[in-house]
Amino acid sequence: MIEVENLSKKFGSKIAVDDLSFTVAKGEVLGFLGPNGAGKSTTMRMVTGFLPPSSGDAKICGISITAQPAEAKNKIGYLPESAPLYNDMTVIGFLNFCAEIRKLSGSAKKDAVEKAIDTCFLGSVAHQSIDTLSKGYRHRTCLAQALLHDPEVLILDEPTDGLDPNQKYEVRQLIKRLGESKAILFSTHILEEVEASCTRAVIVDRGKIVADGTPAELIARAPHGSLTELFRKVTTTDNAA
Amino acid sequence: MSSLTIYRRELKSYFAQPTAFAIIVIFLILSLGLTFTFGNFIRVGDASLQYSFFFWHPWLYMLLAPAIAMRLWADEQRNGTIELLGTFPVSTWSAILGKFLAAATVSLAALALTFPIVITVNYLGSPDNGAIAAGYIGSFLVCCTFIAITMLVSACTRDQVVCLIVSVAICTLMVLCSYDDFTRELAKATSTSTVEAIISFGVWNHFSSLSRGLFRLQDFVWFASFISLCLLGTSTILGAKRA
Repeated sequence: MIEVENLSKKFGSKIAVDDLSFTVAKGEVLGFLGPNGAGKSTTMRMVTGFLPPSSGDAKICGISITAQPAEAKNKIGYLPESAPLYNDMTVIGFLNFCAEIRKLSGSAKKDAVEKAIDTCFLGSVAHQSIDTLSKGYRHRTCLAQALLHDPEVLILDEPTDGLDPNQKYEVRQLIKRLGESKAILFSTHILEEVEASCTRAVIVDRGKIVADGTPAELIARAPHGSLTELFRKVTTTDNAA
Repeated sequence: MSSLTIYRRELKSYFAQPTAFAIIVIFLILSLGLTFTFGNFIRVGDASLQYSFFFWHPWLYMLLAPAIAMRLWADEQRNGTIELLGTFPVSTWSAILGKFLAAATVSLAALALTFPIVITVNYLGSPDNGAIAAGYIGSFLVCCTFIAITMLVSACTRDQVVCLIVSVAICTLMVLCSYDDFTRELAKATSTSTVEAIISFGVWNHFSSLSRGLFRLQDFVWFASFISLCLLGTSTILGAKRA
């Protein structure tokens, strides 16, 4: 469903993503790990068609994001890192706008918006202005936007960042549930999250993949059987780089 | 289709906040106030709106058009919503068009609400209503040009204040550089061809012929090409920023 082929991104002379290749199949939840600045967000931005890659390509359900961006983007639901939203809109107004942009109209639009509100537990704030929402609600509103058109591919950049433990649990369960019928790529810093909800994990460091496998395989590779140990072993710290 | 969705969102956003209302009210107070004071609308006793009313429009637009359009891209970049927009299945062009038309609609609303002056001048005398219509078209085109310039500047920065200051500066330059008093002085200092080149950058030539009721193809071509050039530039800058 997601095929990333030799994706690279250079910002000036700095190589953010270096010849990255991986695939995510339907029914798979791929955890995307790495230290800050490893190129996780940049990779996701390229896969979603926001940033043009310096070289390489990403295919979403077989459609190239560089050659047919509009068709490929239709298949993707994307939650950006900071969960950006239009602050002057209400939650329902924002979701209606996103549904219209996704070419949903009439009862299909109404149903999609209602379903997304239910899935993300937004019922109590649906008519509230977005700039009055707490961080958890903002995050879930942005997540709702990604689920509206029932995409085959979900790309979530730190979906549990800034949520309280209850909300984190809910989002993890949601990811797990959605992962049964979709291909999901999500990035995180929280290693327990990988064990909790991923079927596979990839660790990237300085734009390259340094470890790839199921959470169980990765733990088996670690010196003391913990993912944190492996993470520390294969990635470079900020001061070393 | 997607242009229309973006247009509607932007327009709602203008009226959800006091932005549009503030701009419309200030435009009405200033344009009508200037008409009856410095414009000497009553004292001159001329049943036309060219000097008393339309004359002030470029001066007002050079301040108000940037205020309308400054948030269009700067805000998206500051809030990060540009990342949402960039991953929706819409082209940059339809987003640019939707936003431009929304800002143009706000200015059109402001302009339309000056209708009492048209009623007044018709009540007091018998003006050439064709010339008045042409004046309105010209005035709207000047505003659209300034909106397009501001949009281009807005694509360059995430800071609305920077966008406002730079756009006002450019628009002021475009108003001043073809203003009669200025060009007369300029003609004394430099060659005719230089003066003509500078004048061609300004709005007065194209606006005054329209406000006199003169429909010239060259004016429409000038406005249309200036606006499209700015929108094209906006698209290029937004593309280059991501590369």
